[in-house]
Amino acid sequence: MRVSMDIELKDVPGQMLLALQPLSECRANLITVLHHHQKLTPRKTVPVQLVLETRPENIAAIKARLEKNGIKVVRVGEHRFRESINVVLIGHVVHSGIQDTIDEIDKTGFAEVVDLTLSMPGIDMLSSALIKINALGKEEIQKALNILKEVSAKKDLLMVLPIDVQA
Amino acid sequence: MKTVRCSIIGFGAIGQGVAEVLLMKKEYLENIGLDVRVVAVVDSKGATISPDGVDLADCLARKKEKRTVALEKITGLEVIKSIDHELVIETTPTNIETGGAGLLNMLAAFEMGRDVVTSNKGPLTLRYRELVETAKAAGSSFRFEATVGGSMPVLNFAKEVLAGNNIRSVKGILNGTCNYILTRMLEERASYTDILAESMELGIAETDPTYDVEGIDSACKLVILANAIFGLEATYRDVDVTGITKITPEALEMAYENGHVIKLIGEVSRERIHVAPRLVPINHPLAVGGTLNVASLDTELAGEITVTGKGAGSVETASAILSDLVSIYREQ
Repeated sequence: MRVSMDIELKDVPGQMLLALQPLSECRANLITVLHHHQKLTPRKTVPVQLVLETRPENIAAIKARLEKNGIKVVRVGEHRFRESINVVLIGHVVHSGIQDTIDEIDKTGFAEVVDLTLSMPGIDMLSSALIKINALGKEEIQKALNILKEVSAKKDLLMVLPIDVQA
Repeated sequence: MKTVRCSIIGFGAIGQGVAEVLLMKKEYLENIGLDVRVVAVVDSKGATISPDGVDLADCLARKKEKRTVALEKITGLEVIKSIDHELVIETTPTNIETGGAGLLNMLAAFEMGRDVVTSNKGPLTLRYRELVETAKAAGSSFRFEATVGGSMPVLNFAKEVLAGNNIRSVKGILNGTCNYILTRMLEERASYTDILAESMELGIAETDPTYDVEGIDSACKLVILANAIFGLEATYRDVDVTGITKITPEALEMAYENGHVIKLIGEVSRERIHVAPRLVPINHPLAVGGTLNVASLDTELAGEITVTGKGAGSVETASAILSDLVSIYREQ
């Protein structure tokens, strides 16, 4: 399962290693690390958000090892995608590498492509794709769309967005 | 009875629509105390002029038969400057690069202290502020409901009917040709090129459809909304525009199976002006089909209010011109 974890590191060198070691030891797959170095907590610690893929029974062990390394674990939660959006892409979707486009979003950890419908009417004709993206929240949807917008511009794809999001 | 002497400058589809509507509504206008007398009708070849009022039925017949209304070789600008009248109905074709004859006609009309009602987007897209200020300085009334959404009331609706409401945004379909093409592509599962050809045959798309299908026409209407409703000083260059030429029947179908239609949506607020194809839920108020236009106003006090109507057509557009005319002279 996918788990999100908010931890706090002391603002001294070497702390990140202490945070990542327990994950590797427990064979958790680290998906994202968001390191908010500019947003120190009142306790002068650095907040870090982790998203990892692991088995539910490993979570307690990971938490214990982190704390043993002197890292404060503020919150552990199942990673739930609460927001979802459909986007249509038109252009040479396949030739320009649809997999890359999906990877760009999936590797964020806060959003992923969960469905894809593709139509290629013929060689030299424009293909169309409908993709569904799930994300943690509204803000993450917007971030995923910004990534998609960049990729679309690079690959000359027309992106058709739902009317209720900011284009 | 108040006599309103007016000129119709530009006698294409819309100018002729105005003549038809004035004939149809003669009795109504008299009932509200207005004797609307057209003293000159002008097209690109010349004019018909009569200080006592030209015969509009005659003008329409002559235009049909000879393709021009001209009896005298005189331009619109000369008519505006030399013939005594109160109102210039400016219905020359839109030119968004220079403003065309329309811009010169409007400025001359204000210089002569005449009122102007227009359907011509070009001058308003390019020189909105200058025109409004010139009109104000001259003490002239200046109304242009017909420039946005044809018969569908948006400008006067926002400024008068919803007066006092702070309007946060306006979103909608402002081009009937694009709406027709997208609607038909989905219905027939046909390509953009095929439906564009059909639209041209039916006279829904112009022989050069670039302005419509590239989103330029919608963008111009948004500029007018931005300036008139939001008090911005926007021009066409401030609009982020994507047209519909890349839309495929497959994309429309996929979207439809997913509960959406694809529409060319224009959006304007204080922060941004934007035109692009968007996914609209099938049951959404903006999901209107055919050649219809629609606009949804997000208002501070009243929430969302949506209006829809025919965005083009000669008599339909003339209806907006008639309502502008009535508002000017009934109020006075």
